[in-house]
Amino acid sequence: MKYLKQFGIILTVSFVGEILHHLIPLTIPASVYGIILMFILLITGVVKLEAVKETADFLVKIMPVMFIPSAVGLIDMWDVISTNIVAYVIVIVATTLIVMVVSGMISQKMIEKSNKSKTDMEAAE
Amino acid sequence: MKEFIVDSAYFGAVLTLLAYGVGVILKKRVNIAIFNPLLISIIIVISVVLLLKVDYKVYKESADVISYLLTPATVSLAIPLYEQVEALKNNIKAIMLGIGIGSITSVVSVLALSLCFGFTHEEYASFLPKSITTAIGMDVSAEIGGYVSLTIAAIVLTGILGNVLAEPLCKLFKIHEPVAKGVAIGTASHALGTAKAIELGEVEGAISGLSIVVCGLFTVVWCGIFSTFI
Repeated sequence: MKYLKQFGIILTVSFVGEILHHLIPLTIPASVYGIILMFILLITGVVKLEAVKETADFLVKIMPVMFIPSAVGLIDMWDVISTNIVAYVIVIVATTLIVMVVSGMISQKMIEKSNKSKTDMEAAE
Repeated sequence: MKEFIVDSAYFGAVLTLLAYGVGVILKKRVNIAIFNPLLISIIIVISVVLLLKVDYKVYKESADVISYLLTPATVSLAIPLYEQVEALKNNIKAIMLGIGIGSITSVVSVLALSLCFGFTHEEYASFLPKSITTAIGMDVSAEIGGYVSLTIAAIVLTGILGNVLAEPLCKLFKIHEPVAKGVAIGTASHALGTAKAIELGEVEGAISGLSIVVCGLFTVVWCGIFSTFI
């Protein structure tokens, strides 16, 4: 019963996400409304962590399997993809490198700065 | 044989789970990032479907029960986010700025390269959500008119690259702070990269996990804006 109740809560939030997606004319997927809604419910304590934890952990853990059926759709797309595959690989590799370096360096610099101001303050005291 | 497969209600689901099982076992035996269970299982299923000469539609119909759980699973990502809310609060500025600018950099670089290569809107839209978790990425791709299967392929490749390159890149660019490493890995390469972040340390793993969700949310907004540019 416990798991059924947990699954019920998660499904309900998903359904409300679907309703929001239907009502709000933005390119935001139903699942994203669902994440935000679930997060708000947890923060405000309306839904307790124990009320969803095990089922949520299970669903997150098995998530990769759920991508397979759509990914196999590459079969039907092969004619489109094969003509441009080199360009695709370049885009994927280049953007991954750039994003990792940019986001990491910004956080690194911010933390160094706040650490420095902290030690400066301690030195002043 | 072929008629039986076309009529079967379980063929697709069983094939999918079996393929993933093989992927997980291979990953355990050979601990190299390229032996990613998701990548292996996609290759196995594609090979079997091609060998049996069944249509993708036939496979998809009986495998779709598995995809049915995707939205609830994505909603469940709110739980790890909630569990890491303290780590987020303590470094909020460094994390938010890193992810915010990182995610903008992603869509801007996809735009620039797509213009260089003269991509169509469909191709461009498929790559815009390439840095975020597949769950959100495939929905975004569908929303903005991309090829969902191409998006998934791009996301998986991005994740594997991030997993393999995270350590040398952080060293090369002097990203030493565990929080900064987590931000870099989670923002650039979602859950597949996060597997590496967890190996690097507890803080790296937690922050990387959090970055997946935050970066996904940011990217949804950027994609909405950027999708109109090509």
